[in-house]
Amino acid sequence: MTRQLTGSPAATAQAVPAPQRRGRWSGRTRRDFFVFLALALPNLALIAVFTYLPLINNMYYSTLDWTLGSTSATVVGIDNYVTFFTSSDAPQVLGTTLIFTVVTVGGSMALGLLVALALNAKVRGTTFARSAVFAPYVLSGVGVGLVWLFIFDPGYGVLSWLLRGIGQQSPQWINDPQLSLVMVIIVYVWKNLGYCAVVYLAGLQSLPKDVMEAASLDGANGFRRFMSISVPLLSPTTFFLLITTMISSLQAFDLIRIMTPLGNGTSTLIYEAYLQAFGAYNRAGYSAAISVVLFAILLIITVLQLRFVERKVHYS
Amino acid sequence: MSTLSPVSPNPASGVGTLKTPDGGPELPARRDKPFSRANLVQTLAGGYIPLIVATLVVVLPLLWMLLSSFKQPGEIVTTDLKILPQGLNLENYHTAMTTVPFARFFLNSLIVTVVGSTVKVILAILTAYALVFVRFPFKNIIFVVILVALMVPPQVSILPNYILIAGIGGKNTLWGIILPGLGTAFGTFLLRQHFKTLPGSILEAAEIDGAGHWRRLWQVVVPVSLPSIATVALVTVVSEWNDYIWPLIITDRPETMTLPVGLTLLQNSEGNGAGWGILMAGAVLVIIPILLVFAALQRYIVAGLTQGSVTG
Repeated sequence: MTRQLTGSPAATAQAVPAPQRRGRWSGRTRRDFFVFLALALPNLALIAVFTYLPLINNMYYSTLDWTLGSTSATVVGIDNYVTFFTSSDAPQVLGTTLIFTVVTVGGSMALGLLVALALNAKVRGTTFARSAVFAPYVLSGVGVGLVWLFIFDPGYGVLSWLLRGIGQQSPQWINDPQLSLVMVIIVYVWKNLGYCAVVYLAGLQSLPKDVMEAASLDGANGFRRFMSISVPLLSPTTFFLLITTMISSLQAFDLIRIMTPLGNGTSTLIYEAYLQAFGAYNRAGYSAAISVVLFAILLIITVLQLRFVERKVHYS
Repeated sequence: MSTLSPVSPNPASGVGTLKTPDGGPELPARRDKPFSRANLVQTLAGGYIPLIVATLVVVLPLLWMLLSSFKQPGEIVTTDLKILPQGLNLENYHTAMTTVPFARFFLNSLIVTVVGSTVKVILAILTAYALVFVRFPFKNIIFVVILVALMVPPQVSILPNYILIAGIGGKNTLWGIILPGLGTAFGTFLLRQHFKTLPGSILEAAEIDGAGHWRRLWQVVVPVSLPSIATVALVTVVSEWNDYIWPLIITDRPETMTLPVGLTLLQNSEGNGAGWGILMAGAVLVIIPILLVFAALQRYIVAGLTQGSVTG
């Protein structure tokens, strides 16, 4: 037992430098082996069954022509993927996903940076404002979606009242596919920009002060200092936010479901996968294929992130 | 009512304190003329106005939700906007609770959140301790397995998990809601990073005293790691309470629905103009508990959510 463990490369590559001073640790090692299993196995088993197994099952289901709830299914190979990519679904769903992701990521990062600059001002009340701005990020998407649905209501919403004040009719946010996408994007940015703001604020506060002061003495004004010093030095933060917000935008579900249940104009990959399996059609195989496409995209982003993070972003 | 009142003065008074110290003496003091007009304008334009705008953009919709939840249909279905409700009318809360079994939803959410979070935090502590302090081969590989799991979005697993859980009779049960989310990669990751920073000397002392792993874990490691454990616990509580897609799929009967899913049910029955007050009352019930937790313990939550995503 002992020889096996000490000889295996995994044991020498342990994350924690194990104390080597004990002479005979055969009994201890064996005991540790079982202690480790007892402590870690429940969690690892749950992760295996409910995180890893579904990935494999999804790929299997995606090869089936299968109605959810039915006991029989036919193996159709890659037909579901072919159907998705050759039908009108693909351009529509991928297009919606692209627009939603690009605009929400860009919007929450740009506004988040602006808010971070406001929070970085040396005035009173920034602590409260920081908490307030972050709050929507932790609130229930369902609750937030309902609140905004009321604000956007063409008949009795605050927005329609404001528009009437300047002599405009409120557009039909829900019925128009393009406008409902705009509406969901606005609310999503509102809910998530606080996250970007707080991460950017941490970045701003870690900028070297002496560089700023030197530039200031050289006569660079605030805007110049921001563009020439802050923005380049914040690039690791920007890259980190780009990846994390992109991943969460691709998974956005709650707001879309509560604000536009039919997915009229707002069917991103994740929502289309949900609608196909649990909406009116019960097309389990087709839904699984869309999920696999989504997972592949997320995987590519994650791999890109890992390759860059090692080189560019430092954190302890 | 008592749970609702502490919230409305909060944003109001906060915004108030932002406004009052206009050109307060201590900030511009280092300049030559602290009270000069130019200085005052600069402080306002550069400091307070953006801050107040940002805060209002966030606070106003939530304030609007709270105010509207006290309004009667006649105050909402009208062309001229009434900002304040006529009184603290709890009619909407009453209607929301009688139209759908709200008390039941609330209880279900509470059970799912408390049980789910407790189990997840304990599993995270045990796994992180094992990964850091217990000798075992392949620990690096196991850690990578956990890291990768952290990157698998739960949304892509809903169909297979639905088939699995429904297949073993978990549909419309609370355990069916809780079980698939119990494995925790996030908490394990966060606590492992923290445990690794603990000085080895405190554990060696306990070891020399003859303390086994179990006692070292609960009497040494856990007590000195309470802030990190609190972070993990709070982030877990927030995500369990807000979780929507999985409970939505695995329940279709009101008896086992959680609050967010129950709100969807309420939306279906009250989705016309007159129902907005009732829906806002429902939104208050799902939003306010987390808002209160956040207001009290936001430091841990912000740290956990911003740091937790630094997982790459």
